[in-house]
Amino acid sequence: MTDPRQLVFPHRRSADQDRLQPAHHPVVIVGAGPVGLAAALGFAARGQASAVIDRKASLSDGSRAICWSKRTLEIMDRLGAAQALLDKGVTWRTGKVFLDTRLIYTFDLLPESGHRMPAFVNLQQYLFEHYAIEAAQRTGLVDLRWQEEVTAIEPTADGTLLSIATPVGAYRISADWVIAADGARSTLRRLMGLGFEGRVFADQFLICDINMKMDRPVERWFWFDPPFNRGRSALLHRQADDVWRLDFQVGPEADRDAEVKPENVAKRVRAMLGEEIDFTFEWISLYRFQSRRLKRFRHGRVLFAGDAAHQMSPFGARGGNSGVQDADNLVWKLDLVLRGLAPEHLLDSYDAERIPAADENLLNTTRSTDFIAPKSAASRVLRDSVLALAASEPFARRLVNSGRLSVAATYDGSPLNTADGFTADDCSAARPGAAALDAPLGNGWLLAALGRGFTGAWFCAEGSDALARLKAVSAHTTLPVEPLIVSETTACARYGAASAPACYVFRPDGHIAARWRHISPDAIAAALARAIGR
Amino acid sequence: MPLMKQPHVADLDGLYAAILEAHTDLSETESAALNARLVLLLANHIGSTDIVREALTTARKSLGK
Repeated sequence: MTDPRQLVFPHRRSADQDRLQPAHHPVVIVGAGPVGLAAALGFAARGQASAVIDRKASLSDGSRAICWSKRTLEIMDRLGAAQALLDKGVTWRTGKVFLDTRLIYTFDLLPESGHRMPAFVNLQQYLFEHYAIEAAQRTGLVDLRWQEEVTAIEPTADGTLLSIATPVGAYRISADWVIAADGARSTLRRLMGLGFEGRVFADQFLICDINMKMDRPVERWFWFDPPFNRGRSALLHRQADDVWRLDFQVGPEADRDAEVKPENVAKRVRAMLGEEIDFTFEWISLYRFQSRRLKRFRHGRVLFAGDAAHQMSPFGARGGNSGVQDADNLVWKLDLVLRGLAPEHLLDSYDAERIPAADENLLNTTRSTDFIAPKSAASRVLRDSVLALAASEPFARRLVNSGRLSVAATYDGSPLNTADGFTADDCSAARPGAAALDAPLGNGWLLAALGRGFTGAWFCAEGSDALARLKAVSAHTTLPVEPLIVSETTACARYGAASAPACYVFRPDGHIAARWRHISPDAIAAALARAIGR
Repeated sequence: MPLMKQPHVADLDGLYAAILEAHTDLSETESAALNARLVLLLANHIGSTDIVREALTTARKSLGK
């Protein structure tokens, strides 16, 4: 098989370039990385075409985002694009944390069975993009425009006008809506003059991908103060095709130019993995991590997603994964607005839901980075105390923070939620705002049974007349509500319906909009209206 | 339940002496490290972040901060 990194995406002169007036597009996505592609796939799944602009001529260089979370896999599965990721990627759930040479903590990211997707799949970002591009091409609804770059954006009466530079001349298109998924150095953010303040972590991290055959358990290994990087930390992940990711904390004063020299990196690699190992380099990079976000992600007709909206340190794998969740949160809403089925201000809920999610990610990644690279004497003393106590005190083991791994966001306080119909603290894991929990269902899975639109589900040991009552709900709602009866034991237990039945309304993105202990068509209709901003 | 500000053990002098004795033969750096570990152990035992926050505020105030 050709290495997908060798693929060149030629520029294809679009018919738009020869139009006298700017061609009109309902949706233009700027950026064909994982987030832009997830958005394009999301629209395609709903029958909505999109144009995707990217100045690249090939896949992203370097492995970059590699740990794809269960939630990301669930989203990609709904978009019909997960199988290739599962087949090619490396599945894992166990993390081990070492102090010096001693194992101090093991964690399991998926301690229960009965979920379709694994906790994590490691796959180099360029491979994620490759499979996402193939999936996009299969839909026939994604117009990928490579080697094109947005040079200007002007608001118009009912949309935006984008100026685009290409190798064969410039052209303009108009877009009702623009999704800015153009990464950490977002052009659109710069063109719109938007502030992107936050903090830079002083410490530097040397990251490399090496190609090496080594038989070891597929686990995330993190070291504090290992012999091969005294007083600092290191991280090891396995990726597809015998490619391994190694991270070394090298300190704020480290000499960039010296650190990235292959002969120097090779010394570090051999010190970590053994003097005799046989390997080649695929990628070497040195980073200072940042922690910052836009004040708002929605700016009129332009919606920012992924690194263009928020940037964070990688400990916890929250960057790429939260970007895919951004796209998933946005697409169903924008699709309804485009179809005239929801008011435009539904898009304000993108800010209301994804900004708190970003803040939670920034909080967690900042805490992890401060624990890994303490900035003050007090911080260092406290951190070292945790590590010292971890050997003997279970509570201290839980405090060891080498990264709190990405999970699905719960949109507590979202204006789209209906007040919880369960009593307080009853099955809080499935409260309104939470992402649907997977469970075995028939010969398949619950998440796969949720419709593209809204779903009204009745969890009950015996379904009886519930199906007819749920089917009747759609007569009273502006959008159809797909009925679902669930009587499986594990599913009922997960949704708090082991001893009493429960009715749940799921949104198109799989998040829970409402729940009660009974089926009320009026309540369901009201919950749906609320969930679409009416 | 708020932070206890009244005496909470019968032999306060004994308690004080026990804390002090734990620092025997420790350098200044080691003493700081001991205090940090003690804070973590006791804070977890207390089991309430609210009470620990109150204690932290009281401690900072006593520094004039």
